[in-house]
Amino acid sequence: MPHITLPDGLPGITGPLAFRTETARPMRALAEFLLRGPNTLSSADREIIATYTSSQNDCHFCQTSHGAAAAHHLGGSSELASNFALISEIKRDFESAPVSAKLKALLNIAGHVQQGGKRVTTEVIARARKEGATDTEIHDTVLIAAAFCMYNRYVDGLATWAPQEQEAYIPMGAHMAHEGYINPPAQKPATHPETVTA
Amino acid sequence: MPHIPLPEGVPGPRGPMLFRPEVAPPMSELAEVLMRGPSTLTLAERELIGTYVSARNDCRYCQTIHGAVAAHYLGATEEQERLVRQIKSDPSTAPISPKLKALLNIAGHVQQGGKQVTAEDIAEARRQGATDLEIHDTVLIAANFCMMNRYVDGLATWTPDDPDFYRERAAGLAQRGYVGSSSRSYLCDSQKRLSGTGQDRRSLHCLEAPPSPLSSRPEESWAFAHPR
Repeated sequence: MPHITLPDGLPGITGPLAFRTETARPMRALAEFLLRGPNTLSSADREIIATYTSSQNDCHFCQTSHGAAAAHHLGGSSELASNFALISEIKRDFESAPVSAKLKALLNIAGHVQQGGKRVTTEVIARARKEGATDTEIHDTVLIAAAFCMYNRYVDGLATWAPQEQEAYIPMGAHMAHEGYINPPAQKPATHPETVTA
Repeated sequence: MPHIPLPEGVPGPRGPMLFRPEVAPPMSELAEVLMRGPSTLTLAERELIGTYVSARNDCRYCQTIHGAVAAHYLGATEEQERLVRQIKSDPSTAPISPKLKALLNIAGHVQQGGKQVTAEDIAEARRQGATDLEIHDTVLIAANFCMMNRYVDGLATWTPDDPDFYRERAAGLAQRGYVGSSSRSYLCDSQKRLSGTGQDRRSLHCLEAPPSPLSSRPEESWAFAHPR
């Protein structure tokens, strides 16, 4: 049960975002720019960085929903199963996953940011540069990882409700990937056991 | 030295926000709402929560500037600066209200990780009179500083040493707020003041154009993120 009284039936971060719309606006705008704004990093790569950071922070809602968004960015519905398998592999051990050397170097930066800002050493940055990362890509990787250290704590620090099963996240991930973060999806909260329909 | 080429003479998060101007509006607006917007928590209480989390994250710039802002709101005396230091090292023995102690306890657990916040932490804050909104804002202030601290240290941004720098800047932040203090003209003015000349290459790119080909007009990206 959430630590404070949140609107019923809204999963994960969408509960506290609806509870406090003044803070929701900039938080949604930041996610929209970082994950879907103009960038030389693909949205799939940026969602993977967010997913990996959330997994390191042990945030079930964030890693599953952003993993689903990444899977949708990576291809159509026929490829979803193999995309989900790739995301799981990256979360488990990105160094051995079939992704580019550059993305591995950026995930390495994100992992260090997750542990703490001072963990990001010049060697960690040099590896990303060697694999072709630009200054802006390094900046954005640091900020995506840092932002998810915020979102993850917001979601779990208020003990928000979230579906356990991955299937529930497939339409959510599609909305995040294709509609974005500014407007929440129209909710059908019937799966929430505590929902009381008026 | 910063990990990426940031405008010189701009301290803490304002350097990378100038480097990537599209992120400045949402980050500044979030700070403004949380730290200075209408709230039943005082300005000083909110700054103390930010300071405490930054100290636990070992972020020297953030804990020093927000500690200075808190001390400024409390009256800007040496005694208030001592109080801020005492809260950073151990809030439980500091002469502050039981409610603020309970909120700092929540913030300390958020800093460790969202799942570290227990029902007992929340119940204690409620016993001391905290409302749902105050608990929400405490969690989000702490979470927000877990982002800002990592942004500042993860890019190895410039951290001045002079305590007077922080006292002066704190007074400016208290007056102008977080959105006002992140405007391009304000930052370039303070950069010129700090560097004395404003003639070096990075200062010029701050004054003339952002370094990234993608970051042309922050106002536009803000409008793009907020379709009417």
